[in-house]
Amino acid sequence: MIAAPSGEVTLLDAVRIALAEEMERDGRVVLMGEDIGVYGGAFKASAGLLERFGPKRVIDTPVVEEAIVGAAIGASLRGLRPVVEMQFFDFASRAFDMITNFAAKHRYRTGLGVPIVVRGPSGGGVQAGPFHSQSPEGYFARTPGLAVVVPSTAQDARGLLKAAIRDDDPVLFLEHKLLYRRAKGTLPEGDGSVPIGKAAVRREGRDLTIVTWGAMVPLALDGAAELAREGVEAEVIDLRTLLPMDEGTVLESVRKTSKALVLHEESRTLGVGAEAAALLAEKAFEWLDAPVVRVTAPDTPVPFAPALEAAYLPGPATLLAAARKLAAY
Amino acid sequence: MVSLYRQGKMTGGLYRCLGQEATAVGTAFALEEGDLLIPVIRDLGSVLVRGARPADVLRQLLAKGDGPSRGRDGFLHFCLPRRGLYSGIAMLGTAVPVLAGMVLADRFLGKRTVGMTYLGEGGTSTGAFHEGINFAGVQRLPVVVVLEYNHYSYSTPSEMQCAAATLADKAAGYGISSAIVDGNDVLSVVEAARRAVAHARAGNGPFLLECKTYRRKGHAEHDGQAYVDAGELAEWARRDPIALFEKQLDASGVMDAAARAAVRAEVDAELDAAVAEAEASPAPVPDPEFRGVRADEEDAVRRRRETFVGGLA
Repeated sequence: MIAAPSGEVTLLDAVRIALAEEMERDGRVVLMGEDIGVYGGAFKASAGLLERFGPKRVIDTPVVEEAIVGAAIGASLRGLRPVVEMQFFDFASRAFDMITNFAAKHRYRTGLGVPIVVRGPSGGGVQAGPFHSQSPEGYFARTPGLAVVVPSTAQDARGLLKAAIRDDDPVLFLEHKLLYRRAKGTLPEGDGSVPIGKAAVRREGRDLTIVTWGAMVPLALDGAAELAREGVEAEVIDLRTLLPMDEGTVLESVRKTSKALVLHEESRTLGVGAEAAALLAEKAFEWLDAPVVRVTAPDTPVPFAPALEAAYLPGPATLLAAARKLAAY
Repeated sequence: MVSLYRQGKMTGGLYRCLGQEATAVGTAFALEEGDLLIPVIRDLGSVLVRGARPADVLRQLLAKGDGPSRGRDGFLHFCLPRRGLYSGIAMLGTAVPVLAGMVLADRFLGKRTVGMTYLGEGGTSTGAFHEGINFAGVQRLPVVVVLEYNHYSYSTPSEMQCAAATLADKAAGYGISSAIVDGNDVLSVVEAARRAVAHARAGNGPFLLECKTYRRKGHAEHDGQAYVDAGELAEWARRDPIALFEKQLDASGVMDAAARAAVRAEVDAELDAAVAEAEASPAPVPDPEFRGVRADEEDAVRRRRETFVGGLA
């Protein structure tokens, strides 16, 4: 076991540390992806791992997303624990069949689990345009057989990635690229793994609940701080795992606050927030004092130009306006 | 199987291999203990060669609850890992990268396993095939892809599937080896497949083995194949692979007609028993908790149960 570095690390460091720690712990863990070895990954998530673990365990591949995920599935069926990098999670569309049809349905059809992790950067806010900025979690979070995880802190990135690698079934692990270097934290001593399927209450409050994940978590926390100055105490729930969603934590919070705002970066229609809103309509109706509010990106592609993207992404002004209106309802 | 289908006892379609028996049987015959195989839907023979029990295959066809996939999937979509048998999915071509990953893992674990899978002309048009064979080529993985050139992909003739003269031509684009064999001649198929398997096992990378054969039935039993010329069918019926093999046996004196009749009687009896066993098997019972989607899923089970409150008595 290698010691976690003392002092603050970024979310990106935490991903690399989790990979290294799991590869150290379990000789069956192998990495596969484009430019992950010699180059260390487009975002350097695997920097240094080829040198440390060798080319049999850090495998540079051609540009073949479908084959990479397919090969990971096959390798997992023969006893390995493959972790696949999508250079950008947008490109998981190239492996949609393998993820949703081959991996997700395998245990149900055959009794054999497919312990693979498909990880990579998602999300916008870095002026990367329509094909390098998407939040594609919603495409996958409705597929039985998958788990979909989106960490928002360095501690969770390490802890949840470890849990994902140890999971006996496929896990999609979306790392928000805006948080790669902005989210920083001190990693706990020891293993530090974090269970999949449990949300985190990032801030407690009595007046309304903000349900969110990914890069919207710091936005929600900033918004909650501003609301507090106005006398409104918002509770912020970081779902962390979108599938399966931690219903208990969401319902417990809304039972207390009686008002709910669902905040997400993916576009609105049939986003994961729609599931959260449906959950509240079904199971929290009697506690609610106001309609559930959604603050999301609009139903358009992610635009390229800074001004357009800034208008596309949910920001402080939109969030605060919606939260104030909800608080006053 | 046709009789069970016509009696309405089967669930889903019946995908027959009439005319292609030598390809599936001869190629699988070339594998060794511990090797891996993923069939496509018409490769029943390969699965039987690798040791699947006819009664279990019939349970799959009849969608029985104690079949290998317990009624959750059909026909050749099941795994018998101890026999090296794994399941493809309906989306053609996907087995190529998955098989590549399997032998990559086996190589990593120090095993000299060879993987074999099958595709028709249609399957070789898919991106998954090209990505998978490219990846296997770069990694020099021991994968043998048997290309069953059977003249039709559902109703689409080969010339509408690909402009290349042969499927084996595709090997050149990936820097790998290939061969073409008469897919209706089981002895030639075995010989060619053994060479392909040896090539792969020796570390020379993947191999495309094109077997020229013919699908004498429609895509499935419901397909009357009106798009096929009757003369063409008759011509290929004259080249029936089983009749051809019987001629070879006569010529070589290895097994005479009486010995063959005895084997046939034995097989018929085994199949009658297998049909009886499969028909007597129970239908699957819906699980009110819908388990088996993921390993660790108490919460998910609870949610699915709630979804169906009152829906299942």
